[in-house]
Amino acid sequence: MKQGSALLLVAVAAGALALVPILAPPFYANLLVPFYGYAIALLGFNLLFGYTGLLSFGHALFLGLGAYTAAVLAGLWGIKAFEVVLLAAALAGLILALPLGWLAVRYRGIFFGMLTLAYGMLAHAVLFKFYHLTGGDSGMRVPRMHLLGLEFSAYNKFELLAGPFYYYCLTLCALAAFLMWRIVRSPFGLHLRSLRDNAQKAEYLGVRVHQFRLAAFAVSGIYGAVGGTILGFRTGLADPELVYWTHSGHLVFMTVLGGFSSFLGPVIGALVLTLLQDQLQSLTQYWRLVLGAILALVVIFLPRGLAGLAIDAGQFLGRRRPAPSAASTTTAT
Amino acid sequence: MPAAISAIANIVIGGIFHAAVLFLVAAGLQLVFGVQKIVNLACGSFYALGAYFGITLVNYGLSAGLPDWMLLPLLLIAGLLMALIGPPIERLLRTVYDRDESFQLLLTFALVLMFQDVFRLVWGANPRSLDNVHLVYGKWTVGDFSVPLYNLLVISAALLAAILIGLFLRRTNFGRLLRATAENRAMAEALGVNVRTVYAAVFTLGTLLGTLGGALVVPTSAASLDMAVEFVIEAFAVVVIGGLGSMPGALAGAGLVGLIRALALVVYPEFEILAIYLIVIGVLLLRPSGLFGRPAT
Repeated sequence: MKQGSALLLVAVAAGALALVPILAPPFYANLLVPFYGYAIALLGFNLLFGYTGLLSFGHALFLGLGAYTAAVLAGLWGIKAFEVVLLAAALAGLILALPLGWLAVRYRGIFFGMLTLAYGMLAHAVLFKFYHLTGGDSGMRVPRMHLLGLEFSAYNKFELLAGPFYYYCLTLCALAAFLMWRIVRSPFGLHLRSLRDNAQKAEYLGVRVHQFRLAAFAVSGIYGAVGGTILGFRTGLADPELVYWTHSGHLVFMTVLGGFSSFLGPVIGALVLTLLQDQLQSLTQYWRLVLGAILALVVIFLPRGLAGLAIDAGQFLGRRRPAPSAASTTTAT
Repeated sequence: MPAAISAIANIVIGGIFHAAVLFLVAAGLQLVFGVQKIVNLACGSFYALGAYFGITLVNYGLSAGLPDWMLLPLLLIAGLLMALIGPPIERLLRTVYDRDESFQLLLTFALVLMFQDVFRLVWGANPRSLDNVHLVYGKWTVGDFSVPLYNLLVISAALLAAILIGLFLRRTNFGRLLRATAENRAMAEALGVNVRTVYAAVFTLGTLLGTLGGALVVPTSAASLDMAVEFVIEAFAVVVIGGLGSMPGALAGAGLVGLIRALALVVYPEFEILAIYLIVIGVLLLRPSGLFGRPAT
């Protein structure tokens, strides 16, 4: 019953998102494209953070990897099929995540965070300093790519983003979410949660802690790279800012804003932050001040994020319906 | 003096100057982490705050007719005044002391975001600097090697700070309470240590070290909006290399990072930050406790 209503909500939300390009001005569809990139990346990020208990402060590294993979494949080598680029980015994410993760998963807590932060900064230094390879701070161009073999030459870039590419990303995000849902509900996901809650006990029970953490790291790396490819396609640029530590901080921000203890929390966080940032930027140049204040308030008062708030509200309403008299007495006191 | 030696002397002095400022900020980071177990991402923002306010106070003071040699005292005052934001921020952090460390980290990240816009609001988006006032104390010249005396004063100030912190932690009663709290908070509390006061004092001292570092560096380099997020990364490198929570570690780490940076800038500029981060990763992998820290758990 509860799962059914949650599924219904998700279906309604997906339907509403599918209607955005039709009902709203194309500006909004264009605005939501990076949301899909972040949503995919954060689904992976939260497998590591929410489900495995490892807070990476350098996860933007993988988003950068995705964008730069697109820049190299489509820009330098002329491979225009976006599907090929996505697969290559996923593969690159896996290939990079395995050695980095292998070294990192021996630690948890603050040491894991420090090490991943150092990874990100190392990547930033490489991208920034090796100008002849990476274009330095001006980055690399990510050209338009073909979707499902179609060029969409009748569309300009903006129409492409607000139309076909929007639906492409929506579908990709839905697939990624479905896959992740299966992953966290599988025995594998259960293993991850058990070693998050008590790694030592899990190890006694035969869970190979490091292998499972490494697998979670690899999956999150793949998701990050795929998300980064979408970001690169949208802006047409892969630049070192993508891997800077403040960008990693923003990923954590979105996750906590939405709530890392629920499956869809990070997705909600990405959506809210994308819309909020756009609104704030049009209102004031001091939007970071407002965002920082919001983050502080969420951290202090809503440790389970917006999703936690929604669940509490749902339970409150659910409790109220069968016994309205009890609820009215509690509100009265 | 032969050219080669004076070139080396330039690198070394430049490196030590950078190390001196790094040490101040990193020491603040270490103190807060050692006692409160909070990784304070905002320490770079305190550094930037000290720098910006240092410029304002020096400009104000000098235009009000104070003699030029008041530069250093004015900067020290600027650092001290800005440390007053320590207690209210500690009060804010107090709300998440008993939560997971990711929340503490995020709250300081929120501070980083907010500070960045406070700087933009108060001091504008363009970099601000004090032009060449640091030459008021003259230069120390040997052959074709010369260094502004101001830089040497800052290096001495940082060394003095290191000695004072060491004495404070080892020889004073409050220092002992502080180390006891760092060692075992619950036990210290049970024995009657007022942990709340200790935390407030530690955080304020950490803030002071950051704002002082920023105020002292600003005569030699501009204050900009990016300095907070850039510097915190370097301070992290220092504490990781030296060992989290260790004061001698902060000193050694700052010296190492400062010298590598100065050397790389001359020898192979592409390698500057890269070298530091390779060392950081190497240290984390081979000896996560750092040079002077305790074994990682």
